[in-house]
Amino acid sequence: MTSAAGYSVPKIQIRELRKAFGPKQVLDGVDLEIAAGESLVIIGGSGTGKSVLIKNIIGLIRPDSGSIMIDGRETTTMGAADREDIMHKFGMLFQGGALFDSLPVWQNVAFGLIQVQRMARAAARSRAIEILAQVGLPAEVADLSPAELSGGMQKRVSLARSIATQPEIMFFDEPTTGLDPIMGSVIDALIVKSVRELGATALSITHDMASARRIADHIAMIHGGKIVWSGPVSEIDHCDNPYVDQFINGRAEGPIQMQVKR
Amino acid sequence: MPILAPIGRSTIAFFTVIGRVALFTLLSVSHCVRPPIFPRQIGRQMLEIGFYSLPVVGLTAIFTGMVLALQSFTGFSRFSAESAIPNIVVVSITRELGPVLAGLMVAGRVSAAIAAEIGTMRVTEQIDALTTLSTNPHKYLIAPRLIAGLLMLPLLVLVADIIGVLGGYLVSIFTLGFNPATYLKNTWDFMQPIDVISGLVKAAVFGFLLTLMGCYHGYNSRGGAQGVGQATTNAVVSASVLIFLSNYIVTTLFFAE
Repeated sequence: MTSAAGYSVPKIQIRELRKAFGPKQVLDGVDLEIAAGESLVIIGGSGTGKSVLIKNIIGLIRPDSGSIMIDGRETTTMGAADREDIMHKFGMLFQGGALFDSLPVWQNVAFGLIQVQRMARAAARSRAIEILAQVGLPAEVADLSPAELSGGMQKRVSLARSIATQPEIMFFDEPTTGLDPIMGSVIDALIVKSVRELGATALSITHDMASARRIADHIAMIHGGKIVWSGPVSEIDHCDNPYVDQFINGRAEGPIQMQVKR
Repeated sequence: MPILAPIGRSTIAFFTVIGRVALFTLLSVSHCVRPPIFPRQIGRQMLEIGFYSLPVVGLTAIFTGMVLALQSFTGFSRFSAESAIPNIVVVSITRELGPVLAGLMVAGRVSAAIAAEIGTMRVTEQIDALTTLSTNPHKYLIAPRLIAGLLMLPLLVLVADIIGVLGGYLVSIFTLGFNPATYLKNTWDFMQPIDVISGLVKAAVFGFLLTLMGCYHGYNSRGGAQGVGQATTNAVVSASVLIFLSNYIVTTLFFAE
């Protein structure tokens, strides 16, 4: 997206974002920019506020202060109708899949098509089967219930659901957590392929470095509620940031101390 | 002030909960009356809340009617007032026992199921997923349940009224030796429309409250399986208490001089 002045407006721009839960300051002034079409992966240990950051951007959580701009529009002060407009641009893959277990697989995938885009059910069903094929699932799974699928299959269905409405911005919350390494890299490959096909901007959070290297154009590391390093994925091994160094090498000793409480 | 502090704290906590429930109710009701509505969801909930509650409500009603006839016979025969039994049965069932017992049974069945389902959806991020799919959870999950509760409870109570009176009739005819024709005639003559109508109004109020409590506690559940269990318990307990409370209020509105 290019503004009248000629410089390009970031797809997502976050300034000084703060959020506390009770006495715990989870986000303490996060600054982040994601260009259109870029895939940014945020890495960081458990309980460092990665999920909270994503939920703030989507609008599931309201920040205490700071600014979140999507396509140059401030979202933190938006009314419900504008927020709904913005929501149409989003697709999200949840950590546990978050499939609706009361609905069969195809209705999960076609949920946005039926409920939001008001597509006829028969058409939505055949569209859902096409999208399932894109994530490597046969048409037979369409009528199964999500509970009958393995974890990897559920992730794929969830990915299918999040790409079905052709979002402009995709969020991936720990896409490989709980999967074996092979299924993990299959999901990563599907994510890269889907994001490329959609031409979408992607924001992922993970603590799996192998996965981060496969998905990311850029990587940002969050620690103590702040972004402590960000740069292209090629530079991560040569940066002399002690936090990044400790994290990617998985060392117990270093500036990052284990937190017991979230 | 070590004595006053806890009193103040619990008072504030109490009014906080009242405020939260009130806001939740307003938001949910506003979504019931604003489009888009989800007719498929409403139909599904009507089946779940209404149709599948029929057996438990029917069984409760028939035994209540039976025991009512039996007990009033023991009491009333001392004053040779057995002929009042059809009257007692029909008034008690339609005004009080039908709606209250059906409400309590459905609260146990439906409030718990709603709280557990929505609570599980909350802790497995399914409610967040709904939001990211541009679907308002209040509209998609809560409004259909409230509408279904409001519409189905009166129907259930109508069935309970009929079965309850039937229970009283059966016991009166087969064990207490009443004349069937006289019993029916007395029942019919004594029954006032207001008895039935007030019962059905109560049923609608109970239906709204018990689905509301299921939704509220489920929607606000936290912390995994234990949180969902807690939400389920709270839903049933608060629904039951609210049924008794609102029963008194509605009775006052209808019948107080």
